[in-house]
Amino acid sequence: MLPINLLKTSTFRLAVLYLGLFAASASLLLAYVYWNTAGFLVRQTDEAVQAEITGLAEQYAQGGLPLLVHTVIQRSRDPGSSLYLVLDPSGRVLAGNLDVRPAAEPGADGWMDFIYSRKGLEGVELKAARARAFVLAEGFYLLVGRDVQERREIESLITNALIWAIFLTLMLGLIGGLFMSRNMLARVDEINKSSLEIMRGDLSRRLPIAGTGDELDQLGRNLNAMLDQIEALMIGMRQVTDNVAHDLRSPLNRMRNRLEVTLLNDMSPEEYRQVLERTIGEADHLLTTFNALLMIARAEAGSLRESMTNVDPAAIARDAAELYEPVAEESGFAINVTAEDGLQVRGNRELLSQVLTNLIDNAIKHGKVNENADGTNSSIDIAVGLNADGRVGMSVSDHGEGIPEHQYGRVLERFVRLEASRNTPGSGLGLSLAAAVARLHGGRIDFANNEPGLKVTVSLPAVVT
Amino acid sequence: MRILVIEDDLEAAAYVVKGLRESGHIVDHAADGDEGLNLALSGSFDVLVVDRMLPKLDGLSVVSTLRRESITTPALFLSALGEVDDRIMGLKAGGDDYLTKPYAFAELLARIEVLVRRSNPEQVRTRLQVGDLEVDLLARKVSRNGQEIDLQPREFRLLEYLMKHAGQVVTRTMLLENVWEYHFDPQTNVIDVHISRLRAKIDKNFKQPLLHTIRGAGYSLRAAD
Repeated sequence: MLPINLLKTSTFRLAVLYLGLFAASASLLLAYVYWNTAGFLVRQTDEAVQAEITGLAEQYAQGGLPLLVHTVIQRSRDPGSSLYLVLDPSGRVLAGNLDVRPAAEPGADGWMDFIYSRKGLEGVELKAARARAFVLAEGFYLLVGRDVQERREIESLITNALIWAIFLTLMLGLIGGLFMSRNMLARVDEINKSSLEIMRGDLSRRLPIAGTGDELDQLGRNLNAMLDQIEALMIGMRQVTDNVAHDLRSPLNRMRNRLEVTLLNDMSPEEYRQVLERTIGEADHLLTTFNALLMIARAEAGSLRESMTNVDPAAIARDAAELYEPVAEESGFAINVTAEDGLQVRGNRELLSQVLTNLIDNAIKHGKVNENADGTNSSIDIAVGLNADGRVGMSVSDHGEGIPEHQYGRVLERFVRLEASRNTPGSGLGLSLAAAVARLHGGRIDFANNEPGLKVTVSLPAVVT
Repeated sequence: MRILVIEDDLEAAAYVVKGLRESGHIVDHAADGDEGLNLALSGSFDVLVVDRMLPKLDGLSVVSTLRRESITTPALFLSALGEVDDRIMGLKAGGDDYLTKPYAFAELLARIEVLVRRSNPEQVRTRLQVGDLEVDLLARKVSRNGQEIDLQPREFRLLEYLMKHAGQVVTRTMLLENVWEYHFDPQTNVIDVHISRLRAKIDKNFKQPLLHTIRGAGYSLRAAD
């Protein structure tokens, strides 16, 4: 049993609609055929009778009633002749090949259709006829007509053939429509069944693809891609909750414990003040972490895409470098910016700036290895330019220890801080945010060995101007 | 100064009202949008502190209604929605500043003071002066005690902002927003280093320091009394 009524499917409705249109045009065509065949026969009969009448009228004008009667008698003898009847005023038959005056009355056009009987080989036959009748001077009656039995039979043959043609067309169309909808329905049903299971929570299931590459397959493929994304988001969300639980709960717990211990001990107001100040500092740190998490979530949800405008990556890089330059210098770094002007990307200045400042921040924190004899570090290099693949690359490179290549994927995960950096401050969210923002902008983030050091590149699609 | 706080969270409202009263302001409180609008329509306040999500009438509508009635009392939005878009919506509705919850009270206080000062229209000045420190905004020249000081463009903008708000407390976030146009907090205290560089240039060789650090709040540029 199909869950959807076959007659309600869109394919079937389409088939019926198409069928209706087709039947209408076929009917028009057949009506034209009918007019040209059966209609032609009718006209031909009428014209023959009319010609006969014209001939007889001439005879009557020349020789009066006697010549008319003579002519009728002569003509009546021809085999396959027309039908004639001449009556005197009293109703007696004077000439003709009909036995009685037909009972039918002439129609508005002067023509009458009637049935007459004739003796044939198989007894008396009833035949259809069509005629015109005239009342002559002195009450004499003249009828001229033609046998139309054969013509009627051809006519009905044609009509029947045409009706059957329409009927067969409709039947074939209907059956075809049902067949097509059934086929379609079977596949839609498969898709429905799979979606139901997915809705019940089995997010790993995918819609069936028939492999024909038709529109249903395309739909299925797109829906499957959507499901992939949903699944990835769900996994991401689960990770976030896990990480929030881990990285927010532990500091909150620490904070709570310290406050509790503080309450238990008698302390001087100054000591209380110190505890409170530390607590506020920790709360602020927690808020920063929390904000970063929210920001990543929003960037990943893509809801910030509406606020994007065309921005100049070189200006963003210079501003970010300028903001960090004093801090970098204090730590002994020089920041070099090499930025190509005239490039544009579609994006959000705030988010891109935040990504760059995060990367610079990381470079300052982790690039302190090759300390020179005079206490200065090597430089942090910021570059903006068009890559070979036509994307705009914004990179931040340091000359520090770098990270091992097999860890490149891991540092993008939230809260991941490699063992070596456990003791430096930071939330562990900077690179995740950078990756999320890059994805939001339709770009990506790549790591490379700067030999020595780390080069992080955010590549974004360039706006072609 | 008369301040109207429109906030439905009573505990949060009490915190703000108490803090503002302790700072010497006269504070009224409204717990929903309707009441707040009615009070504000009198036009007798110097600043409005408006929560964005309020019962009966939301904060954006309160302020946009006031603006339609030609009441220009500066308004500061408080909101848990801190994204750039929300901020822009707030400013479009006629708000003058936007502060994301949670915030430090010092931040709120500093912003309120700046708003009040801004609402008293001052003629466009091309020269600013604090003590013996002078800034010529047209020639972009800075001098102290007649001695010319060479500043980088960003340092100049930083000093200009501080000079325009001389005597007031200016927070790090305010500096980031107004001098750098960033609405996020960098992980490192980058502003402090910029300030100490500026300080080295304008204060170092002079007896009387002008640029002061206000603990737990930010900075203030002012001449000795």
